[in-house]
Amino acid sequence: MRSEKTNRAPLGLKIAAAAGLAFMHLPILLIFLYAFTTEEKTYQFPPPGLTTQWFAVAWNRPDVWAALTLSVKVAAIATAAALVLGTLCAAAVSQTRFFGRETVSLLVILPIALPGIITGIALRSAFSMADIPFSFWTIVLGHATFCIVVVYNNAVARFRRISGSLIEASLDLGADGFQTFRYVILPNIGTALLAGGMLAFALSFDEVIVTTFTAGQQSTLPIWMLEELIRPRQRPVTNVVAMIVVIVTFLPILGAYYLTRDGDQIAGAGK
Amino acid sequence: MTTAVLFDNVSRHFGAVRAVDRVNLSITEGEFFAMLGPSGSGKTTCLRLMAGFEQPSAGHIEIFGETAEGVPPYRRSVNTVFQDYALFPHLSILDNVAYGLMVKGIGREERRKAAGDALAMVKLPGYGARRPGQLSGGQRQRVALARALVNKPKVLLLDEPLGALDLKLREQMQEELKSLQKSLGITFVFVTHDQGEALSMADRIAVFNEGRIQQLGRPEDVYNRPKTRFVADFVGSSNVLSSKLCQKLGLTASYASLRPEAVAIAPASDGALSLSGTVAGRSFLGATNRIVVDVEGSRIAVASPAAQAVPEIGSPVTLSFATRDLHPMEDA
Repeated sequence: MRSEKTNRAPLGLKIAAAAGLAFMHLPILLIFLYAFTTEEKTYQFPPPGLTTQWFAVAWNRPDVWAALTLSVKVAAIATAAALVLGTLCAAAVSQTRFFGRETVSLLVILPIALPGIITGIALRSAFSMADIPFSFWTIVLGHATFCIVVVYNNAVARFRRISGSLIEASLDLGADGFQTFRYVILPNIGTALLAGGMLAFALSFDEVIVTTFTAGQQSTLPIWMLEELIRPRQRPVTNVVAMIVVIVTFLPILGAYYLTRDGDQIAGAGK
Repeated sequence: MTTAVLFDNVSRHFGAVRAVDRVNLSITEGEFFAMLGPSGSGKTTCLRLMAGFEQPSAGHIEIFGETAEGVPPYRRSVNTVFQDYALFPHLSILDNVAYGLMVKGIGREERRKAAGDALAMVKLPGYGARRPGQLSGGQRQRVALARALVNKPKVLLLDEPLGALDLKLREQMQEELKSLQKSLGITFVFVTHDQGEALSMADRIAVFNEGRIQQLGRPEDVYNRPKTRFVADFVGSSNVLSSKLCQKLGLTASYASLRPEAVAIAPASDGALSLSGTVAGRSFLGATNRIVVDVEGSRIAVASPAAQAVPEIGSPVTLSFATRDLHPMEDA
């Protein structure tokens, strides 16, 4: 009985924890709630009535679709670029020794440590100095800076756990460099890349600050939402879109969490 | 007799470090060849030069008459058993063993059969479906052996393969490796720091120190007639007689080695050499007693049969030994 009691948290702590969690998550529930409200100009509480008409309205608005497809395209291309570059960089840093290796490793991680506004301003001035017009591709470039970090971090941790002799064993058994990558390296880092890619996609999908500085006339989904909040017209449409954003970003992050959680059994087995 | 591996004045430098320094050796086909030495002596680098993971800084390497420099590991007819086994954690045991055949493009049925046969050869039949993580150290060692041998290499390289096993398993594997090598007739090149292992398994031994071969020969020769002080000290526990004692015994060499079991505590008979000293220590080793005698400041160990009486510490004794047991050595 005694030991059970010591494991139990005091009531005050429980209440504090519950309050903390509620403070973080109730506002999100409110967003969901207002997606169903009948009042379209103000967010009055409680909502005067409930309706699902805003889902149909959102479905039929071309600006929603434009923003959504732009965001998906940007996130997909930035993630793809980050997967290639981040993996190569992680391979170089973890498998070889060269001058400036530690510096490179720090510089790669820096963009995610810097405030987004710094990255944004820096990229914006660099683009205008180089006379690069702001376009779809400048947004992709901006997003790729922090997407690479996420992929790199995931890949480098996994690379470090692959014993160097695994690669030598593969070469020794007659596999050339490509076969070694295909049959030994990729299966061992695959889940880390998938997790890194999902996180990168989610980060890019809801990015606002860097996008504001690097976008031209286009609006990605988060930018579109910001603009919508200023205009009080069909407000619940924004909430419908917000729900979609939550679902689209939450699922990959959840997936990434489950993929890397069991990482020890995948890469570290037998060591 | 065909030469399996030839090293002609091979050096491998890492910056200022001469890991391998002007090594010459020639390994005959079908031989069980051991490279023995302390860690950092260059023996493992020599093995990696044979496998193709390192390239020589200078010199020439041939494997079965073909130049090996510049040939990547995957184009050499040698296979390696790694010290940490390096089994692929994401593949089953059968797929691990079949890996070499798979990358060569051999069909699924054929390579599975060959891998199954190889597992049976190392006494692990039916283990194919398991993962490396589910096997013990000794079993993983056998899998690593099967994975290398299934490719029918001309030379099998073994990098301290028994180092991670406990004593009993190690002795058992020594015998199995030896009989496997005899039945397959493949050249084995074996790296070890355990002199007992090298002496009991190898046809010939190369003793390495500081990147160079100190002595190369049959186990009996290396053990009984060490050429340098290092070999005398590292292989077994020979006494090294100082130049002062050598002079006293009328030798021209500056150092000489003397096996403890070649020395008797008894007055010298005709033709034998003798030295006198005092007993400085003694210990019981089972079949023998080890008696350390102080002779004019140098210590000489004597392996005396357990049946013989053991002199008290501090008592004066006479040591005698035959001239032929005294082996002059190079000063190195």
